[in-house]
Amino acid sequence: MSAAADLPLWAALLVALLLLLGSGLTLLGAIGLVRLDSFYKRVHSPTMGTTWGTGGILLASMLFFTMTEGRPVLHELLIAVFVTVTTPVTLMLLARAALYRDRTEQSPHVPTFTAVSERSSEVVENGKPGEPGEPG
Amino acid sequence: MSATILVWAVTISQLFLALAALCCVVRLFRGPRAQDRVLALDALYVCAMLILLTFGIRTGSTLYFEAALVIALLGFVSTSALAKFLMRGEVIE
Repeated sequence: MSAAADLPLWAALLVALLLLLGSGLTLLGAIGLVRLDSFYKRVHSPTMGTTWGTGGILLASMLFFTMTEGRPVLHELLIAVFVTVTTPVTLMLLARAALYRDRTEQSPHVPTFTAVSERSSEVVENGKPGEPGEPG
Repeated sequence: MSATILVWAVTISQLFLALAALCCVVRLFRGPRAQDRVLALDALYVCAMLILLTFGIRTGSTLYFEAALVIALLGFVSTSALAKFLMRGEVIE
């Protein structure tokens, strides 16, 4: 850490705060991944790590290299944009695959194909949904 | 002073991220079904990427950024391929 010695104090404090925020939120998301009890609950918890976890550490890295190199270093934005765009895509693909697998095995915790199609035709006929949202 | 603050912050955040990766590994081994394991692998990719970024701050070299970018790309590709495999039984049809 030779370059860190000439960092001003406010920048060091801000970098430290952003680092701890990001890593703490990532740890909370990972604990949720272990502790939550169904897949459809667990699929939400790693997103804490991919939103503010990644965001905090990337902001800390941007601030650190901008201060030490004396010029704007913005290439961390590339990772930030990429992670923000791809995480919903992958998790939605994964959740749809899990829903498909659970429905074909006729697991009791998710609505079946027929229940969903009956409910959607009911919506078309009556103009209002019978149940407030489907679980999962 | 600022060097001390940064050393402590980077060390603590690396500890947190290592614990997060450990939690992901626990879910990877324990996960009752395949989709749980894929989800844990995706979270493990993110943890590894963040650990590399904190190594970049610790050493002051921007080289680790490239490795983190490659990990982010490979994580997206591998997770979507595995999700496609779980959905359809093959990746490219």
